[in-house]
Amino acid sequence: MSKFTKKKSSEVPAVNTASLPDIVFMLLFFFMVVTVLREDNLLVQNILPKADQVEKLQKDRAVYIYAGKPSQRYQEKYGSEGKIQIGDKYTDVTNIKFALTELRAKLRPELQDKVMVALKVDEKTNTGLVSDIKQELRELNMLKIIYITTPGNETQN
Amino acid sequence: MARRATPEVNAGSMADIAFLLLIFFLVTTTIEKDKGIARQLPPMEEQDQEDVIIKQKNLFIVNVNKSDQLLVEEELMEVKNLRQAAIDFLDNGGAPSSSPLYCNYCKGKRDPGSSDNPDKAVISVQNDRLTSYKMYITVQNELVAAYNYLRDRESQRLYGWKFTEVKKAIDEGSIKPADADPYQEKLENIQKLFPLKLSEAQPKKQGQ
Repeated sequence: MSKFTKKKSSEVPAVNTASLPDIVFMLLFFFMVVTVLREDNLLVQNILPKADQVEKLQKDRAVYIYAGKPSQRYQEKYGSEGKIQIGDKYTDVTNIKFALTELRAKLRPELQDKVMVALKVDEKTNTGLVSDIKQELRELNMLKIIYITTPGNETQN
Repeated sequence: MARRATPEVNAGSMADIAFLLLIFFLVTTTIEKDKGIARQLPPMEEQDQEDVIIKQKNLFIVNVNKSDQLLVEEELMEVKNLRQAAIDFLDNGGAPSSSPLYCNYCKGKRDPGSSDNPDKAVISVQNDRLTSYKMYITVQNELVAAYNYLRDRESQRLYGWKFTEVKKAIDEGSIKPADADPYQEKLENIQKLFPLKLSEAQPKKQGQ
């Protein structure tokens, strides 16, 4: 019978790590799929205001407008007045229509009528600039807008 | 020469490489958080449009000045009280029970000096051009919150669920689009009870 009694080693056996790469790869693929690299290079400061009564933005039909003070590294060149950014460059109020029409043409054709303008505006911007943008949008007949915010509530702080 | 078996590739460092990549993606990931307050802008006015006259008592004027102070119905107010003030105004139902404007679901004070019914009640926001965007959004958020509170209350009473919760569920897809139709109709009913009537005046120039 002594044949069957194994010699018990006094040491704790090492944990089998053979499946570790698989687990890590799984996580890796998850993050690769979830990651959205930022499409636009931000040229303006963009701290969004807080709000909690929000709706979700449908991304496939959105065009973005950024507004705020120029970022620190551009302030020497462009000053510290609020500026509008569409796509990758600063845009003047009078140029909004052209830039947005261009952006809209990049959306899927069936969604171009349902276009939604997402306004990402820095919380320190003056409302005047925003209403100038809105006036242009009305003239362009892009009437659906969404003010992008961060979760939270200003009154509870 | 005897053929040697090809040696096996050492995969011991595979985990390290994968970890490195994983950490890179972890750091660069910004999970997009695009949510916000949706609005429909009014279309450009046509020339022959007549001015609609709104009775003073059906108008709730919110004024924000350039130093972000709030003037509601000609009284200074803190932002945190704005929501309740808007709820009181919308839910007032001041029209007498004999009139066709009578609001049978309102639970307000029924003050004849305030709004007749939620359908007539208009909230008008006036900003200065120098008002900060943060304040603007805070005010808009509070006003939307007032509408949402009342819509939730009515949908709870009529259908037993909350307006905002069902709307969110449809948005996020936890109620399938195929099953959403009966809800959509009810959502519209609730929206008719408390239609969002927010008017925005062109901001005034500084100092006016």
